[in-house]
Amino acid sequence: MLAAVLVMAGLALVLGGVLGWASIRFRVEEDPLVEKIDAILPQTQCGQCGFPGCKPYAEAISKGEADINRCPPGGEEGVRRLAELLGVEPKPLGEGLEHKPKSVAVIDENLCIGCTLCIQACPVDAIVGAAKQMHTVVPELCTGCELCVQPCPVDCIHMEVIKEDVVTWKWRYPVVSIRKTA
Amino acid sequence: MRTGNPPAAGARGRRLYDFPGGVHPEGHKAVSTGRPIAAMPLLPRYVVALRQHIGEPARAVVQIGERVLRGQLIGRPEGYVSVGVHAPTSGRVVAVEPRPVPHPSGLMDLCVVIDADGEDRAVDLAPLDWHRMDPSALRNRLREMGLAGLGGAVFPSFIKLNPGAKRQIPILILNGAECEPWITCDDMLMRERASEILLGAHVMRHMLGAEQVLVGIEDNKPEALACMAEAAAGSDVEVVGVPTVYPGGGGKQLTYTLTGRKTPSKGLTTDVGVQVFNVGTAYSLYRAVYLGEPLVSRVVTVTGHVGSPRNLEVRLGSPISDVIRAAGGELPGATGEVIGGPMMGFDLHDTSAPITKAVNCVLVRNAEHFPPKPAPMPCIRCGECARACPAALQPYELYWYARHRDFGKTQSYSLFDCIECGCCSYVCPSHIPLVDYYRFAKSEIWAREREKQAADLARERHEFRIFRLEREKREKAEKLAKKASERMDSGAVATDDPEAARKKALLAAAIEKAKQAKAGIRPKNVDDLPADKQREIAAIEARRQQLASTAEPSDTRSPTPDS
Repeated sequence: MLAAVLVMAGLALVLGGVLGWASIRFRVEEDPLVEKIDAILPQTQCGQCGFPGCKPYAEAISKGEADINRCPPGGEEGVRRLAELLGVEPKPLGEGLEHKPKSVAVIDENLCIGCTLCIQACPVDAIVGAAKQMHTVVPELCTGCELCVQPCPVDCIHMEVIKEDVVTWKWRYPVVSIRKTA
Repeated sequence: MRTGNPPAAGARGRRLYDFPGGVHPEGHKAVSTGRPIAAMPLLPRYVVALRQHIGEPARAVVQIGERVLRGQLIGRPEGYVSVGVHAPTSGRVVAVEPRPVPHPSGLMDLCVVIDADGEDRAVDLAPLDWHRMDPSALRNRLREMGLAGLGGAVFPSFIKLNPGAKRQIPILILNGAECEPWITCDDMLMRERASEILLGAHVMRHMLGAEQVLVGIEDNKPEALACMAEAAAGSDVEVVGVPTVYPGGGGKQLTYTLTGRKTPSKGLTTDVGVQVFNVGTAYSLYRAVYLGEPLVSRVVTVTGHVGSPRNLEVRLGSPISDVIRAAGGELPGATGEVIGGPMMGFDLHDTSAPITKAVNCVLVRNAEHFPPKPAPMPCIRCGECARACPAALQPYELYWYARHRDFGKTQSYSLFDCIECGCCSYVCPSHIPLVDYYRFAKSEIWAREREKQAADLARERHEFRIFRLEREKREKAEKLAKKASERMDSGAVATDDPEAARKKALLAAAIEKAKQAKAGIRPKNVDDLPADKQREIAAIEARRQQLASTAEPSDTRSPTPDS
């Protein structure tokens, strides 16, 4: 009887030790929540959420300091995915926030005076130029955050909605026309 | 689910394999095979799209007003997956602008518009010395000459003709199956130009280092089979009749039928050592290599509800309206045009769009052959679609998830193995447009992938910007600190080193002297001023003096040791 108890206890100890060691040795490094939230956010870095960029907003969400419906570029889809990740109910975008179609900033090069204010405002360094030299936006890098529009002293920057072309065109969701039969 | 068997006996007793699924739609092939291939008469105007292939569009290299010759490069390949675009005839470039193109979206795309001068002069065409050319140089030449797969996918041929560093491609298959109903351009090409096709295949075989060449032709084309077999007689090229089952002309399906090799999920036929080319591509390769002619024309089937359905050799860039007119024009009662066949084709939005490398058929619809589709009804999960699917997928599950926008799930049901052949929609008793759902899901997934890449790039750039700003701040602070400590150092040295102290004393004396000299100078232009002005100046001077005296003590508070 005693031998059996000892054997079982010994086995339990050994196996427990192995399991404990394995849980440390083969620990799977999981993405912290902030990274996961940040991966859903569109990285526009526009600050419309009230935070200076997507990462700070992600941090605020993970701490429960900010709501999930503060990101207009992400739109309803973004809110839905955040809700899914965090296990909460999706909700409409916050008040005063509005999802706009994706656009890029365009500088009217005839009006630009080369003040560099927009370059300093651009969160992703998508504007090329130097003092007293004409500036231009690299459209492939522009996130459409509109942060450069306000600082321009001569109002030479405007936003242009990106038009669909044959590459970015998407097959539409099949809509079935309901017709009267018989 | 049917797999692998039962094998059927093909020509010369080759064992054939039966791929799962497939359907037997009515062929309607005889409609357009009654007349030989005819060359389209020269048109007054051509609209050449710069994006005629998969990958990056070509970049226009001609100016408006420039004269061009037939076969002259007007669009240079841009990026790796890209091929050149050439002028279809001689003439003058009148515009480089977005024009309607044959695309399911109906959107416009950049085109070069050429007004023909009627002379049709060609650039100097020289055959390629393909036997002696370096393989890589030959491939580059074919890239420039605009060769792309003419079976419908228009993938740049030069990439497919690269056997790779280690990859073995022992089998080359020429695809002459042409399983899509109505289309007969490959059929007619094989009947009329079999030996040229085989010459092209010979070059392909040389480039790939393939040991075996198989030509797969569906057995509903006995004339083409006979012509190809006759042309191949005496060579080791094997012409094989395969059973007529749609989509037997799919690259993976034909590979399986002929060799029994199954292409892995998400893989290519090259993964199992097989490369497949359309017979039309082989013919264009023949023209490129033996005649030195870039890809400027192709055979197009114009069929359906037209005056004289037939196959035409059409210059790329010919407006589709002209092509339809050349085949007798649309008959009364036409209800629209389809680019491609009824199973995989799409509706044309604008007949001013030009023929591109991808267009193998212009099918004019009428109410008789293309009645309006009945309204879809709910899926009853009968499983007919799964039995018909040649890729052995579960279309009803894919439909379910695509409909509910659960794109992750569609991918775990191998959405991207779907070849969009349309068999499932064809057999669906509820008339659900299944393929439309898969296309929707695929393009949503691609769009998200693009968005994700853009977001990753933006994140990276934003993080680098923050890092850069911080680095600049730090560097500035370091520079200032360094300057300050240098000044401290020089002061400390002065107290120790008598030479430095002497210099410092000299400097201080010189400054003092200059100050005194400055005090001695009086402005000369104030003497003649009236008394009130003099008083005002005196007041200002007094204020200056006062300011200077208040500023002086602040100097003594500064950390410089010489004060």
